[in-house]
Amino acid sequence: MSNFGLLMANLHRHPVRTYLTLLSVLVAFLLFGLLRTLAVWFGSGPAEGASVDRLVVAAKYSIVDMLPISQMNVIQGVDGVEAVTHQSWFGGNYQDARSFFPKFPVAPRSYFEMFPEFTIDPAELEAFERTRTGAVVPEGMLTEFGWSVGDKVPIEADIWPMADGNRIWEFDLVGTYTTDVEAQGGVFLFHYDFFEEARSFAKGTVGWYTVRIEDPDRAPEVANAIDSLFENSMNPTKTATEDEFGKSFAAQIGDLGLMATGILSAVFFTVLLLTANTMTQALRERIPELAVLKTLGFGNPRVGWLVLGESVLLCVAGGVMGIGLAALLAPAATAFLPQFGPSALAFTWQTAATGVGVAVVLGVVVGTVPAMSAGRLSIAEALRRS
Amino acid sequence: MSIIELNDVHKSFVKAREAVEVLMGIDLRVEAGDFVALMGPSGSGKTTLLNIIGGLDGATAGEVVVAERNLDQLSNRDLARWRAATIGFIFQFYNLLPVLNAQRNVELPLLLTKLSAKQRRRNAQTALSIVGLDDRAGHKPGELSGGQQQRVAIARAIVADPPILVCDEPTGDLDRENAEQILDLLQILNRDHGKTVMMVTHDPKAADHAKRILHLDKGKLVREMAA
Ligand SMILES: Nc1ncnc2c1ncn2[C@@H]1O[C@H](COP(=O)(O)OP(=O)(O)OP(=O)(O)O)[C@@H](O)[C@H]1O
Ligand SMILES: [Mg+2]
Repeated sequence: MSNFGLLMANLHRHPVRTYLTLLSVLVAFLLFGLLRTLAVWFGSGPAEGASVDRLVVAAKYSIVDMLPISQMNVIQGVDGVEAVTHQSWFGGNYQDARSFFPKFPVAPRSYFEMFPEFTIDPAELEAFERTRTGAVVPEGMLTEFGWSVGDKVPIEADIWPMADGNRIWEFDLVGTYTTDVEAQGGVFLFHYDFFEEARSFAKGTVGWYTVRIEDPDRAPEVANAIDSLFENSMNPTKTATEDEFGKSFAAQIGDLGLMATGILSAVFFTVLLLTANTMTQALRERIPELAVLKTLGFGNPRVGWLVLGESVLLCVAGGVMGIGLAALLAPAATAFLPQFGPSALAFTWQTAATGVGVAVVLGVVVGTVPAMSAGRLSIAEALRRS
Repeated sequence: MSIIELNDVHKSFVKAREAVEVLMGIDLRVEAGDFVALMGPSGSGKTTLLNIIGGLDGATAGEVVVAERNLDQLSNRDLARWRAATIGFIFQFYNLLPVLNAQRNVELPLLLTKLSAKQRRRNAQTALSIVGLDDRAGHKPGELSGGQQQRVAIARAIVADPPILVCDEPTGDLDRENAEQILDLLQILNRDHGKTVMMVTHDPKAADHAKRILHLDKGKLVREMAA
């Protein structure tokens, strides 16, 4: 047997209590891992797939407001702007709401010129341009839904019924595109002209513009120039880099960063009380045994370390398991982020390291007082009480 | 030189702001290899005296020299080390760690030594076979009888080979038969292994196993007789 064996044996004294405490620590660190991952995503620089030479122009007050397509020419004329294209949020469901993927009406050629990270066969792009009801999808979507080029795909509208009252939009799959950017991989693209012609309201509008600028260093200047053009119009705009746009979209769902901090504080406070209670109980029932250890010649510091070690071991074990679980779950959580999100959630080593650090601190905070009283324990008195 | 030497030892406790004197001037000499039984009424200070000899508690006044060390001159740390090397403790209620099996309970004192894990295991096995319990090494205290638990406690007390065994009513919780086994064991350890035994007991039959019997009353050694 070793000192570690002694520690483990003590933790096994009340397995149920130990495992419940471990579980509460685990859950706390699982939450920590996931929320930290979100926070890292919010705080990160331009993420994968977000380009520094592209700006997004959206309605100033709410990104669900539409913008008149007439603004496109005006933006094109702004000094420093190289190209402009537009997208809109279609919503809608294919089969059932669970198989969700975003669907954007776009201007085929300018869209693919704007996003060189999406590649499409020139012949298929031409077909896309030519076919009014045409749509193109990432290759993965074909296998996912068992489609092939030439199929008709019905989408049931939720926001946008057709002018004739029909809610089923039928698209012709004319091609596929490839992308190496995972989070943007799932967009179903269809022809804006069809959308414009068939929808029942808000004609002549688009969701937002994407703008390529000549010089990334001048991004703030160009963004200001665009916004000031429309400032006093019916449709004021807010221009940001792609990355900021994705994040502000997510931020509109709720102030996640602040919420995360609040939740974490509450959770850790609870876990602190829980583990502190466990350790205090563990100490109280073990006073005679600690006195025996001292009788056998275990020094005061050694007995204190044993108690502290137990608390740290418990917290670190729970912490490592919780963070490990968070690392496994973080990629899956990406599915719940808006599809504009510039990047997938990435679980970072910093998050893991911070988590383990927090676990150690938690163990030390919880274990210090019991460890000190264990160290101070007087043998003769403790033996008399037993 | 005596292995235990107490000169005018006093011990008082402060109880409800009043000092209660429990030991009132104890003078005692015990030679190496002796087997001493300490008797006396409840509350006379037997455990207190034993604790002072074993370095578990300090004297209020007087001189305590055990195994050539003046105990009140040792720091806490040195005292703990000295105890580990010098004294084997045996208690009335065995005081084994319930979460550890017999083997690991006996190994505990060896965690403080430089012995390898293998050596520790081997020494613990030897100690268990001396008390006749090699076949119970894997049992936890809860799975052993009182007599067996006390034998495990004796194995733990001797595993680091200390010269002195300090026993506080080692048979107080046992029936006659088990008590006899324990006393025989202590006698063997005294006679064949040269351990000095200092044993508190209420039981005259137990005291008969000793070479010397001391009587303590109201904090004073009142008479002594050779067994
Ligand atoms: N830590 C302490 N604080 C206060 N009083 C104490 C303390 N330890 C012992 N005493 C008192 O000292 C006296 C002697 O106690 P001790 O335990 O040495 O007696 P004992 O002879 O071992 O008795 P018993 O046969 O019942 O075990 C008792 O009156 C006890 O109450
Ligand atoms: Mg006593």
